[in-house]
Amino acid sequence: MALTGLDIYKLLPKTNCKKCGRPTCLAFAMQLAQKKASVEECPDISEASKQALGAASAPPIKLVTIGSNGRVLQIGEENVLFRHEEKFYHPPGIAVAISDNLTDKEFDSRLQKINGLHFQRVGTEISIDLVALTNQSGDKVKFAQAAQKLASGTKLATILISESPEAIGAALEHFAKRRPLLYGTNSKNYEPMAKLAKEKNCPLGVYATSLEELAELTEKIKALGVNELVIDYKGKGPKDVLHGLTKIRRCALKKNFRPLGFPTITFLEDEDHFQEIVQAATYVAKYAGIVVLKSYEPWQVMPLLTVRQNIYTDPQKPVQVQPKLYEVGQVTEDSPALFTTNFSLTYYSVEGEVESSRIPTYILAVNTEGTSVLTAYSGDKLNEKVVAKAMSAAQLEEKVKHKKLVIPGLVAVMSAKLREETGWDILVGPKEAAGLPSYLKTTWDKHGKKD
Amino acid sequence: MEIPNIVERWSGEVTEVTLGATKEEGGTRKKIIKLGGANCIPYIDFEGCPGHRPVIAMDVLDIVPEEWPEVLLEPFKEVVSSPREWAKKCVEEYGADLICLKLDSVHPDKGNKSAEEAVKTVQSVLQAVEVPLIIWGCDDPRRDNEVMPRVSQAATGERCLLASATQDNYKTLAALCLADGHNLVTQAPVDVNIQKQVNILVTDTGFPVDRIVMFQTTGALGYGIEYVYSIQERERLAALSGDKWLALPILCNVGYESWRAKEAKARDEEAPGWGLARERGPLWETITAVTLLQSGADILRMLHPKAVKAVKKQIEALYTNNA
Repeated sequence: MALTGLDIYKLLPKTNCKKCGRPTCLAFAMQLAQKKASVEECPDISEASKQALGAASAPPIKLVTIGSNGRVLQIGEENVLFRHEEKFYHPPGIAVAISDNLTDKEFDSRLQKINGLHFQRVGTEISIDLVALTNQSGDKVKFAQAAQKLASGTKLATILISESPEAIGAALEHFAKRRPLLYGTNSKNYEPMAKLAKEKNCPLGVYATSLEELAELTEKIKALGVNELVIDYKGKGPKDVLHGLTKIRRCALKKNFRPLGFPTITFLEDEDHFQEIVQAATYVAKYAGIVVLKSYEPWQVMPLLTVRQNIYTDPQKPVQVQPKLYEVGQVTEDSPALFTTNFSLTYYSVEGEVESSRIPTYILAVNTEGTSVLTAYSGDKLNEKVVAKAMSAAQLEEKVKHKKLVIPGLVAVMSAKLREETGWDILVGPKEAAGLPSYLKTTWDKHGKKD
Repeated sequence: MEIPNIVERWSGEVTEVTLGATKEEGGTRKKIIKLGGANCIPYIDFEGCPGHRPVIAMDVLDIVPEEWPEVLLEPFKEVVSSPREWAKKCVEEYGADLICLKLDSVHPDKGNKSAEEAVKTVQSVLQAVEVPLIIWGCDDPRRDNEVMPRVSQAATGERCLLASATQDNYKTLAALCLADGHNLVTQAPVDVNIQKQVNILVTDTGFPVDRIVMFQTTGALGYGIEYVYSIQERERLAALSGDKWLALPILCNVGYESWRAKEAKARDEEAPGWGLARERGPLWETITAVTLLQSGADILRMLHPKAVKAVKKQIEALYTNNA
């Protein structure tokens, strides 16, 4: 838990010398607590106090970086238990496992499939982050050979999984400077594993079957000079794993308990193709740092990536689309034109319904600073002038010849003013996006198309 | 090494609500459902009681669904013209805990059927299944205010769950539920304050708080689920902290919303990079459901049997101790 202003005050010289530019030491302490000042600004603070403050101000969950060139994944440094309290910062890594036991041909085709696991959603690319190479063969030569193929065959970040330090060491030869996560450290092999991680400057994945054992292990490894750890509590079944992840997050945030102050990794073991994703999605919502899948079908990975994208959006910032004229389908100068706001949820609902109507349509996303229709209207971010301006900026009069604009049913009241402002015919559309297909098929067809 | 104690004690508890009434209680249900009772974060039972298990209500429509994708229609294709047979199939074959009968046919745009016909449908479904019933209006306030009184009366004593009362239109439905012994869904547009407001308004009419289920218009995976997720999470945390106006079970309309997503309904040939539609659609619905479970959902309205099966498995897992 972060220190309060008073806790910090006790560590300061309490001379009120004003050298830091604040009237009193207490005022300085308060600003330190709010992270608006830096310890360095006090010239007289003791070394011991500085260290105490430094340790206390370190993030409660360590930031871990996996990968170097190509794709880099950063996990950890979360501040809250619930996203509405602030936000979740570092989206968990989604990894897909690949075995060193596959034949060359199988390996290549599997890797090709894994590399293809990226999708376009709401104007952003969503993608898996990691490939996890398992040492299923138990053979270090095979593992190293597979690592070599993997290194040249993917730009994704990598997890090398083996309990054998020799196998990891051999595989690492092919990953120079690529900073893979080395996974497979336990209470038996932690010394050689930590040595490898330190030499090659790689993060280390550590597992145990109890949180107590896990905490002990991370302390021992830290003492050997490795600080970037990813921890795996091997729970017994989905509920126990959920409990473990919750306890780890709470220990770090509520108790500032350093031995568990690391991002987590969880392997999905369920043989059922639905349950595997069900559990992975649950852990993405509740405190996973990395989830490792066995599955690699797009229909399985796409919803998981979407959960992650949704849960990790900033709840304090409305997600916006670029305010401009969008063309859905093969539009012509006779196509209907409608406007909505640039709040992404509103826009994509409208776009989705227009798409499903299969009627090519122009959608003008008016800049309302990412607010919904009613919110924008009541806050005067949406009025006839704003719409008219957006219409001329998008040169709508050159795109369609009918001079008819469909407006959201919720702001029917602005029809007259908008007509006056633009000289266009204003047609009142449905109140909900869901009404658009039938509106476009019937009302527009009757009144909009013809003069 | 010893781990710090992070167990939290919550002062509030989700109010218990009972759906369905047995013969002894004045109804004809053989199965009844209890909701609520949780006094900890969902499934975190090392610090309290997780309460009654979430339940799955499968939707039954009183019209033949027109725009359903093939994958969704397939499991119901023999029963879609008979709500009675449809409901039976959901309970007997697909394991629905209860049925949500959606009275779409009375909507002016969807047939404008009479109240008498709606009453007949409700009666036939009540006879066909032994589980409790949710009766959902057509969401056209004028028609609902006309039809729901008849429907409610026809199901007197069955302790159904009637939907839905909004901030602007709650009096008729609250009065009906009170008179005919039903529970009531109160609805808010992804807004904690409006939810609380409508709950207070409804109880101000003399309606008992332990007969209310809350509904924030659900957003599907990829289509605003994060808003609903956080709103519901805030409601549940408020409940656990002692806010009795929000200490009520939560309902989510998972099926309908999920299957509006193009990721769920696109056919194989329309989305070659997305993988098999017959798996993709049900999984989209499944993931919407299990994500919302983490925010505190108690009743999930669902559609596809495959999704229902997967979510039931997860609920079972979240109540199973292996440790």
